[in-house]
Amino acid sequence: MSERVPIELEVNGEAVAKYVEPRLSLADFLREELELTGTHQGCEMGACGACLVLLNGKAVHSCLMFAVQAHGDHVETVEGLSQRKAIADIQQAFHNNNALQCGFCTAGMLVTAHELLSRNTTPTRTEIRDGLSGNYCRCTGYQAIVDAIVSVARSRAGNVDTPASPGERGVASS
Amino acid sequence: MKARAFKYFRAESLEDALQAFDRAGGEGCYLAGGQSLVPSLSLRLQAPKLLIDISRITALAGISRSGNVLRVGALTRHAEMLTSPEIARHAPLLRRAAPFVAHPAIRNMGTFGGTIALADPSAEFPAMTLATDAEFEIASLAGTRTTKADGFFRGLFETGLQPGEILTAINIPCFGAADRCVFDELARRRGDYALVGAGVQANFTQDLVSKVRIAFLSVGPTPLRARHAEAAITGRALSADAISDAQAALGDDLDPEDNEETSATMRMHLARVLLGRLLGRLSQPDCMRQDEVT
Repeated sequence: MSERVPIELEVNGEAVAKYVEPRLSLADFLREELELTGTHQGCEMGACGACLVLLNGKAVHSCLMFAVQAHGDHVETVEGLSQRKAIADIQQAFHNNNALQCGFCTAGMLVTAHELLSRNTTPTRTEIRDGLSGNYCRCTGYQAIVDAIVSVARSRAGNVDTPASPGERGVASS
Repeated sequence: MKARAFKYFRAESLEDALQAFDRAGGEGCYLAGGQSLVPSLSLRLQAPKLLIDISRITALAGISRSGNVLRVGALTRHAEMLTSPEIARHAPLLRRAAPFVAHPAIRNMGTFGGTIALADPSAEFPAMTLATDAEFEIASLAGTRTTKADGFFRGLFETGLQPGEILTAINIPCFGAADRCVFDELARRRGDYALVGAGVQANFTQDLVSKVRIAFLSVGPTPLRARHAEAAITGRALSADAISDAQAALGDDLDPEDNEETSATMRMHLARVLLGRLLGRLSQPDCMRQDEVT
């Protein structure tokens, strides 16, 4: 055990203050300290994408950073995105298209899809596949996931007068 | 796997970071984007006692142009290399290589300086600093110095950086009106480490190649310039003959080794195939118009 250090950050819109070991990954911090178990851990080395969260609005691997690095930052997990209904249409489209089977990868897929659609409202199938290149799914073969994201992009484009997610906070334009 | 215990220090300034490293007496390690360092810590390939987080040092961030040189701060994220108008305009070879760097979420965290300081031979940007004739700004407690990308990459994960030194910025000569560049790689799946990758930047006098730099990744222990192939086309038009001379000359530049996924023979063959494709594209006067080709 090493000495715990204080960190303060915002997680899903709520201020969090905790003492953590510096070596605690952000993924372990979210799951074990905050019981936000929607963030999954597959490979713990940045290959599978199951642990993606938004850090200051950008998708990052929570297994590839330590919780102390997020001191002062805004973190949003799949629970936060889900509760503020930012991804309600993506979740529904995944359901409609059978874009999940076991569901292990789904949280990461949703975070990627959310970020992709925030930065590119009309992605091609190739761009979607490229966007998903860091997310492993061992069940679906990806086709249905791409279908789901295409259908969200289409339906959002058909409702351009209605903001898709009114509470959207500073999502990266990059 | 979980990392061994360490202390964490968030540096507010360059001075702060350099002094912390000095105080750690050889047990310190700088942390920028962490996309290679954190897995290395988790696998316990490294176990520093102190992690010095340099990612918040504002002096290391930002892209600016001064005269004919584009200065890219070491903390520039890979995602920004992909979206920055300055990079697209003044260093288009880096823009063309950027979509091949890892996956989107890694690009959001990984830094341009970090990938160069790590010098992974299969990474795109270190090799492209050779092709763009980049110069590195390096800081230590003794002051600052600059060094060229040529000669910087010395061995597997080994560079000209001395312990405690920080790569602060990368200076790239601005792309000119008579310049052309191309990048491509061969990988089993998009986003995987390349079996072979290469970038070419050339200056043309009408149809003749007046200057050219060719750099390969994933073909040896370091990023490599293909100087014999460069010599084979310098002063010539990129005819089929010139291209095949360059492909032949590659035998004197590269000496890949067998590994578990690819034989040396196959890698050499793929390097020649890739160079042929790239020079073919480079021979097209309008090759810079395909800006969004990724």
